[in-house]
Amino acid sequence: MTTLLARRLLLAVPTLLIISMFVFLLQKLLPGDPVLVMAGEDRDPAVLELLRAKYHLNDPLPLQYLAWLVNALHGDLGISLRTNQPVLALIVEKLPVTLQLAIMAMTFALLIGIPLGVLAAVKRNTLIDYIVSLIALAGLSVPNFWLGIMLILVVSVKLGWLPASGYQPFSVDPLISLKTMLMPAFVLGNALAASIMRHTRSAMIGVLSSDYIRTARAKGLTEREVVLSHAFRNALVPIITLGALLFGELLAGAVLTEQIFTIPGFGKLIVDAVFNRDYAVVQGVVLCTAVGFISLNLLADVMAVLLNPRLRASL
Amino acid sequence: MTQTVANANAPVLRVEGLTTSFRIDGRWTPVVRDLSFEVRAGETMAIVGESGSGKSVTSLSIMRLLAARSSRIEGSVQLAGRELTTLSDKEMVSVRGRDIGMIFQEPMTSLNPIFTVGRQISESLVRHRNLSQREARAETLRLLDRVRIPDAQSRIDAYPHQFSGGMRQRVMIAMALASKPKLLIADEPTTALDVTIQGQILDLIKDLQAEETMGVLFITHDMGVVAEIADRTLVMRRGVAVEQGETAEIFHHARHPYTRALLAALPRLGEMRGTSGPRPLPIIDPDTGVAMPSGSVSETVDKSQSPILAVRDLVTRFPVFGGIFGQQVGTVHAVEGVSFELAQGETLALVGESGCGKSTTGRSVARLIQPTSGFVGLDGYDVLRLKPLDLRRLRRSVQMIFQDPFSSLNPRMTVGASVAEPITTHKLAGSREARDKAADLLERVGLHASMMNRYPHEFSGGQRQRIAIARALALDPKVIIADESVSALDVSIKAQVCNLLMELQESLKIAFLFISHDMAIVERISHRVAVMYLGEIVEIGPRDAVFSNPQHPYTQRLLAAVPVADPARRGIRRDGGERELTSPIRPLDYVPPKRTYRTVGDRHFVQNEG
Repeated sequence: MTTLLARRLLLAVPTLLIISMFVFLLQKLLPGDPVLVMAGEDRDPAVLELLRAKYHLNDPLPLQYLAWLVNALHGDLGISLRTNQPVLALIVEKLPVTLQLAIMAMTFALLIGIPLGVLAAVKRNTLIDYIVSLIALAGLSVPNFWLGIMLILVVSVKLGWLPASGYQPFSVDPLISLKTMLMPAFVLGNALAASIMRHTRSAMIGVLSSDYIRTARAKGLTEREVVLSHAFRNALVPIITLGALLFGELLAGAVLTEQIFTIPGFGKLIVDAVFNRDYAVVQGVVLCTAVGFISLNLLADVMAVLLNPRLRASL
Repeated sequence: MTQTVANANAPVLRVEGLTTSFRIDGRWTPVVRDLSFEVRAGETMAIVGESGSGKSVTSLSIMRLLAARSSRIEGSVQLAGRELTTLSDKEMVSVRGRDIGMIFQEPMTSLNPIFTVGRQISESLVRHRNLSQREARAETLRLLDRVRIPDAQSRIDAYPHQFSGGMRQRVMIAMALASKPKLLIADEPTTALDVTIQGQILDLIKDLQAEETMGVLFITHDMGVVAEIADRTLVMRRGVAVEQGETAEIFHHARHPYTRALLAALPRLGEMRGTSGPRPLPIIDPDTGVAMPSGSVSETVDKSQSPILAVRDLVTRFPVFGGIFGQQVGTVHAVEGVSFELAQGETLALVGESGCGKSTTGRSVARLIQPTSGFVGLDGYDVLRLKPLDLRRLRRSVQMIFQDPFSSLNPRMTVGASVAEPITTHKLAGSREARDKAADLLERVGLHASMMNRYPHEFSGGQRQRIAIARALALDPKVIIADESVSALDVSIKAQVCNLLMELQESLKIAFLFISHDMAIVERISHRVAVMYLGEIVEIGPRDAVFSNPQHPYTQRLLAAVPVADPARRGIRRDGGERELTSPIRPLDYVPPKRTYRTVGDRHFVQNEG
């Protein structure tokens, strides 16, 4: 177990390094000279040269990268050009918002997708299976923004049950916080639920036709025991891996969802940063997302190993 | 077990007029028709038949384990007088595992990989015998001891993948017997196992049956196994029982032509004693009972020339990776110091059990995998030192036929294109000529040229193997490596394909490297035999010498383990050891010992132990 963890952590290091290089180069590849921007109207070559020296812009690229990396590792991701706030502070402020949205959306997706997937697999090729599959298809096909707008229209405007937009930190008022996040999380989780349902269904169908399920039945276990204890745990491994991969999709979806419901989260931060050419912020957000994505997949790997003793053996 | 016990007891299982139908394309098609038989307490009843005969469907019908929506069971199945076909699903659940225990063919996949074996056995105990978790664990330990799993105390919390195939089958047996069932259904329980392990499992089933006086319904395709285990035998073909009776009666006085055909096609170990060359198997038409002329083959071995294939000190090793950095932590010594020669027109059999390196040897010789060191001389090529371009030319001299006829043909290519492909890729002929040659080849292997435009799925397993042989012949190779090429085929088909190989050898003077675990077939088909164990040849010599005068203990063990199709030997027990094949994985610093061989007879060599 510790060997596996150590091995995966070691593998994550080069991945992160490569990502950080890309993020760093992103800034260098962009047109325009930052010194010109900083100098403003004053185009005196001496001043420009001074600025270049000050910001080490004359150093070879690898050295610049190293300096940037060391700073990033110390939590210094630079200063936002627009707000003049440290990028790290911006991230720390917005991250919890998106994290809450993502966790709630994932919870929705798992709570809807897994039971429906299991049900469809058990009732394979019956009316129930077809209905569930139809719902899943609808969930995948309906665009997020349309569903979001419709929900706002019906639930908020007509019925007035839930607020249409805004954000309240969980720590300030949990109830209101959950209420405002409910609709966005549902919208965001909806497409994921459909994916998870389809995958759960096919994983369960595969497992249910395996020899050891026949053994479990021959042993005289009830269908309930067979499905929930013998089959489901085997089907869970691919679902967990999928869940971690879908997290990336979740973040992409969050950008749009946060726009619709005007939630001041990560997605909004990066969209604003891109439009304003606030590169330091873009870099910080991308780096931070990548770290989150890699950690989550690491966690999924560990869980897969916990669930599957065969993987433990291959260490 | 004895005849008196069997007669004194009422039937445990009585099946009457069992008809099982599957819904195929909306129509109910019977796959088992009007089957009737009985199994008495303490008795073993064998159902024997080839693939598609309905024998497994019968066992699943008794257990009612077939999917309810696509299958239909008619007739009567009574367990100790209780009708099973009319029970509710809920009642049936408590019959399964409690009154009827079942073991399956595939020990590797029949246990749930994520639960410990202890949990899987005690689950049954908790369910059927209302034991507490603690009692169930104690009982599980006892069961593991009874199925002779060494060191049960430490193995109870192990997962299935930590057990070998034979040990997993023991776990399955422990599980099936947990609640002392009246009937044990064993569906091909030893088919996937190595022959020495098969012997152990058969012994175990016999012992346990004697202790429990339960009825055993034993399903198999192997007449040798039937002879060894069954009191009575039922022969099935295409869903119908063609014959049933006392096993000895069936073997000695079979009435139905199909039974006779099955028995005739079965090679019997030892019947070739005193002869030197191969001999075709007798073939009997299963419908009419008419014997087809099998004849003999003339001498094909050309000893005057230098051997077509010479292998010296062949070594093939694979690294094993592990640890934090995925570094090499060990080495699989798959082939270690193997040397042999093969003359034109000769068949050398490489025999041994799974993991002994026989397939790796074959692939190394054809350089489908890269050997570590050694020398392979084939038709004038120094095989291990060939450049890529010459390697392609080598393929004209050596071809392979694999085990699985289903996956070794491209399903999207017509069989004509499959057979012609090697000719055109090697630019030996234009596409028209290649097609003509492919047609000839198909005729040659006993198919019709008109089948050229069909796809592999339209052929049976035996026909597909013939197509694979035709493809191998397309380049007029000098050597064909046949890797378990007949193992997956039914007995009668196996006999036909073996006869075809002998016939081709006679007419084309091909040399075969015949890789097989089936000793009886090897005895029929080969001139010489090499026995492999843990990557090394432990004994090699003329076929008759190795079979009638085996010197190495492993060869002796291997031959003793082969089930003999003679009901008179039913009482026999083997050495009864729980011996397992050890692994060829060694630590990095392992240096293989220098092996020496002693001469037993003419060209018969045995590895010295130590």
